[in-house]
Amino acid sequence: MVLLGAVGVIVRKHPVHAALSLVLTLFGVAVLFVSQEAHFLAAVQVIVYAGAIVVLFLFVIMLLGVDRVENLRTEPLTAQRPLAIITCLGLVGVLVAAIVNGSGVLNERGEGIKLPDLQNGPDANTVQLAESIFSKYVVAFEVTSVLLVIAVVGTVLLTRKTKSSSGGQTK
Amino acid sequence: MISLTLVPTATWYLVLAAVLFSIGTFGVLVRRNPLVMFMCIELMLNAVNLTFVALARELNDINGQTIVFFVMVVAAAEVVVGLGIIVSIMRNRSALTADDLAELKG
Amino acid sequence: MLNLIWFIPLLPLAGAILNLILGRKLGDPRSGWVATIATGTSFLVTVLVYFEMLGLEAEERSHVEVLFSWLPVGSLQVDFALLADPLSIVMALFITGISTLIHLYAIGYMHGDAKFSKFFLYLNLFVFSMLMLVMGENLLVTFLGWEGVGACSYFLISFWHTRNSAAVAGKKAFVTNRIGDFGVMTAMFLAFSAVGSLSYGAINEAAHAGELASVTATAIAMLLFVGACGKSAQLPLYLWLPDAMEGPTPVSALIHAATMVTSGVFLMTRMNPVLHISYDWAPTVIAVVGAATALYAATVAVAQNDIKKVLAYSTVSQLGFMFLAIGSGAYVAAIFHMITHAFFKALLFLGSGSVIHGMHHEQDMRRMGALRKVMPVTGFTFIIGWLAIAGVPPFAGFWSKDEILLYVYANNRGLYVVGLVTALLTAYYMTRQVIMVFYGKARWNDNSAEHGAHGEITPHESPRVMLIPLIVLSVLSILGGAMQLPFSKDLHFLEHWLAPVVEESEAYIGKSWAYQNKYLLLLVAIVVAVSGILISISVYAKSKFKVIEPKILEQAWKYDHAVSRVVGGPGAATFNLIAWIDANIVDGIVNGVGELIRSVAGSVRRVQSGFVRTYALLISFGAVAILAWFLLRGVLL
Repeated sequence: MVLLGAVGVIVRKHPVHAALSLVLTLFGVAVLFVSQEAHFLAAVQVIVYAGAIVVLFLFVIMLLGVDRVENLRTEPLTAQRPLAIITCLGLVGVLVAAIVNGSGVLNERGEGIKLPDLQNGPDANTVQLAESIFSKYVVAFEVTSVLLVIAVVGTVLLTRKTKSSSGGQTK
Repeated sequence: MISLTLVPTATWYLVLAAVLFSIGTFGVLVRRNPLVMFMCIELMLNAVNLTFVALARELNDINGQTIVFFVMVVAAAEVVVGLGIIVSIMRNRSALTADDLAELKG
Repeated sequence: MLNLIWFIPLLPLAGAILNLILGRKLGDPRSGWVATIATGTSFLVTVLVYFEMLGLEAEERSHVEVLFSWLPVGSLQVDFALLADPLSIVMALFITGISTLIHLYAIGYMHGDAKFSKFFLYLNLFVFSMLMLVMGENLLVTFLGWEGVGACSYFLISFWHTRNSAAVAGKKAFVTNRIGDFGVMTAMFLAFSAVGSLSYGAINEAAHAGELASVTATAIAMLLFVGACGKSAQLPLYLWLPDAMEGPTPVSALIHAATMVTSGVFLMTRMNPVLHISYDWAPTVIAVVGAATALYAATVAVAQNDIKKVLAYSTVSQLGFMFLAIGSGAYVAAIFHMITHAFFKALLFLGSGSVIHGMHHEQDMRRMGALRKVMPVTGFTFIIGWLAIAGVPPFAGFWSKDEILLYVYANNRGLYVVGLVTALLTAYYMTRQVIMVFYGKARWNDNSAEHGAHGEITPHESPRVMLIPLIVLSVLSILGGAMQLPFSKDLHFLEHWLAPVVEESEAYIGKSWAYQNKYLLLLVAIVVAVSGILISISVYAKSKFKVIEPKILEQAWKYDHAVSRVVGGPGAATFNLIAWIDANIVDGIVNGVGELIRSVAGSVRRVQSGFVRTYALLISFGAVAILAWFLLRGVLL
C-alpha cells in the first residue's frame, strides 16, 4: 500500500491526485509504525502529517490554481530522465546492499532500554518516549519549539502583500 | 526468502524504506510542478522516519523514536516555510514550473 | 679603550646626521667645522686604540667588538661586528687622519658654494662607510662599507650635478663599480658555501688549516680581484677614475687618491690566506694586471693637459704598483706604498686644488706657469709631493717603491723591468707637470683676449685653512718612509706590526739574489728616478729635445672609445634581446597562464545552467557514488 501510494505521487499528472496518493502513503507508514510498536509516533504521524501537512498542501494547490496539469510526456532537460532512473536504481542498489550487508550486525545487537510491552501499561511507549524527550533531549525540545515559532513568523512575513497605498495599515 | 510464517524482520522494513526513498528521489528529479516536488520530499522524509523506527525496534533503543519525533516537528516547520516561498513566487507568475526559475545561472 | 672601537665609525656618522638635520642652519663654515671635528675625534680615538694595541703582545692584537646579531638566519650567522687588528687599525689611522686634513681643507675650498653643508654631509658619510669597510669583522660589513663608498663617490662626483659632464661621470663611476661588486658578491656566496661563514676569522682559519680547496680559494680570490679592479681602477675597469675628476678637488683627494681606491688593495690583503692557497697562476694574474695598468696609465699621463687628469692617471698607475706588490707576495710593501701614496697623492691633489682655486678655476696646465712666485707655499709643498712620488730619497715614496721593486725582482724579472720603466715615466710626467705649472713663463694671460668672459686672471695664494693641511701632508711625505726602512730588520716597524695578519703569506725573499744585493737595486731605483727628472727638465724646461706627446696617449689609447663601441653596439643589442625575451617570453608565460585559466573557467561556467533539477540530479548522483564507494570499501576490506 505504501509503495502504491508512493508510485501514485510520482506518476499522477494532477496535483490533487498526487496529494491524495501521498495521504495513502502516509497512512501506510502510520500502520507500519504501529506494527513496530511505536504507537505514539503513529498517532502523531496521522495527526500532523496526514492531517495538517497534506491539508496545507491542498490549500496551496487550490490557492494557486487547481487545474495546473503538468505535461509528463515531454522532458525539456535532455538526459534528465534516463540519468534519474540510473541514479535511483543505483541508490536502491546501494542502500539494499548496505542493509543486507549490515543485517548480520543488526541481528546481533539488542541493547539499551527495553521497549516496554503490554505488561507495563497501555501508555508505556508514550511514557518512555516522554521520559527520553524531557530529560535527555530537553534542550533540543526547547530549540525545536523556538524553530517552530520562527518558521511561522517567517512564513507570514514572506507571504505578506505589502500595501503600497498611503494610510494602509500593515498588520 | 519469504518463509511461510511471514514474520517481517527489520530488514524488510529497511528495504521498504530504501525503495520509498528512491521513489521520492526519482519524483524530485522528474516532476516539474513545485508542489509535487515538495510532496516527493515528504516521501523521502517518511522513508527516513520508517528507517529510524525500525532500527529503534531492532536495537531496543528509545532514542530512535525520539529522533523521529523531532524529524516530524522539523518537517512540519519546513513544509510551512517552503510552501510560503512557493506561494510568494508563484503569486506573481502563473503556470510556473521548476525549470522557469533558472535565474541563478552562471 | 678597545671596546670603544665602534666610536671610530660612529663619530663621522654622527657628524653626517648632524649635518643632515642642522646643516643648512649651521651654514658655511660651521657645518664644515662640525664635520672636521667629527672626523678629528674619530682620529683621536683611533690613535688611542693604536697605543693600547701597542701595549699588547703581537698575538693578542685582535679584538672583535660585536654590536648586534645582524642576520641570524639558520646556518647563516652574521654579526654586525668590528674587528680591530693591526691591518684595520693602521688603515683606520691614515683614513681618519687624512680625512680630517682634507675636511679642513674643504672648508676653505668649498667656501661660497650653495650646497656647502651637503658636501660635508656626504664627506662624513663617506668616511663612515670607509671605516666600516676596513674595520668590518666579516665580508658583509665590509660589503656594506664597499657599497657605501661607491654610493658616496657617486654623490660626490656628481656634486655639481647641473653640469652634464659631472652627472655622467657620477653614473659612469657607479655603473663600473657595480660590475666589480658583482665579483665581490659572488665571492661572498662562494665563501659562505665553502666555509659556512662570512667572518674573516673563519675564512682565513679555514684557509690556514687547509680546509678550503684550492679551486674554491682561487675562485674566491679571483672574484674579489674583479671587485678590486672595479673599486681600485685597474685595467679593464679603470675608466671611471679620470672622469671622476669632475668632482670637487677635496673629493678627488680623499676618495680617489687616499681612501676609496685603496679598498681593493685592502680587501686582497685581508683575504691573503685565501690568495696564498690558490693556484700559482692567481697571484701572477694579479701582478700582471697591476703591472700592465701601471705602465698603461703612466704612458697616458705623459700627454694629459688637465692638472687633475695627470694626477688621476698617476693614481691608477700607483695602484697598479700596489697590485703588482700583492701579486708578488709583498703585502707589507703594498700597504706601505698605500700609506705613503695616500700622503703624497693627497698632498698633490690638494696642491692642485689650491692652484685651481688661485687660478679662479682654470684647470688647463697650458695656461699656467711660473706660479711659484705667486703661490709660494703651494708651490713648495707641491714640489715636496713631486719628489716623493718620483721616488727621490729620502722622501717617503722612494722607500715604498723600492720595497715593492725588491720583491718584484725576486719574483719575476720581466715585471721588474715593467716596474722600472713605469717609475721612469712617473718621474718624467710629474716633472713635466711641475715645470708646466710652477716654472717657466707665466702663460695665464696669454690668450686673455680670446677668453672673453674672464679676461685677465690674477692668481693668488690660498687661505690658511687650505695651506695647513698641505704643510702637514708634506711633512708626512718627508718622514713617512721611516715606517719601513730597509737598512736593518729592526727598522721594519710596519712589517712587525702587520706580521700577525700577513706573516704566512708574505713571500720570503731572504735567500734570493735580490735581497742579497738590495743596495744595488736601491741605487738602480735612484738612478732611474733622477734620469726621469733630468730628461723631463731637458724637454720641457730647457727645450733641448722636442716635446713628444702623441695624440693617442692623450686619448688614453682610445680605450674609452672602444668600450663605448662595444657596449653601445653589440652590448646594446644583447641587452635589447634580453629585454625582448623578458617582455615576450617570460611575461608571455605568466600572462598565458592567466589567459588559460580564464578560458577554462569560461567553459566550465556553463555547467551552472540555473535549472534546479539538474543540480538535484548532480547532488543525488554524487551522493550515490559516495555511498557506493563506502560500501565497496567496507565490503572489500
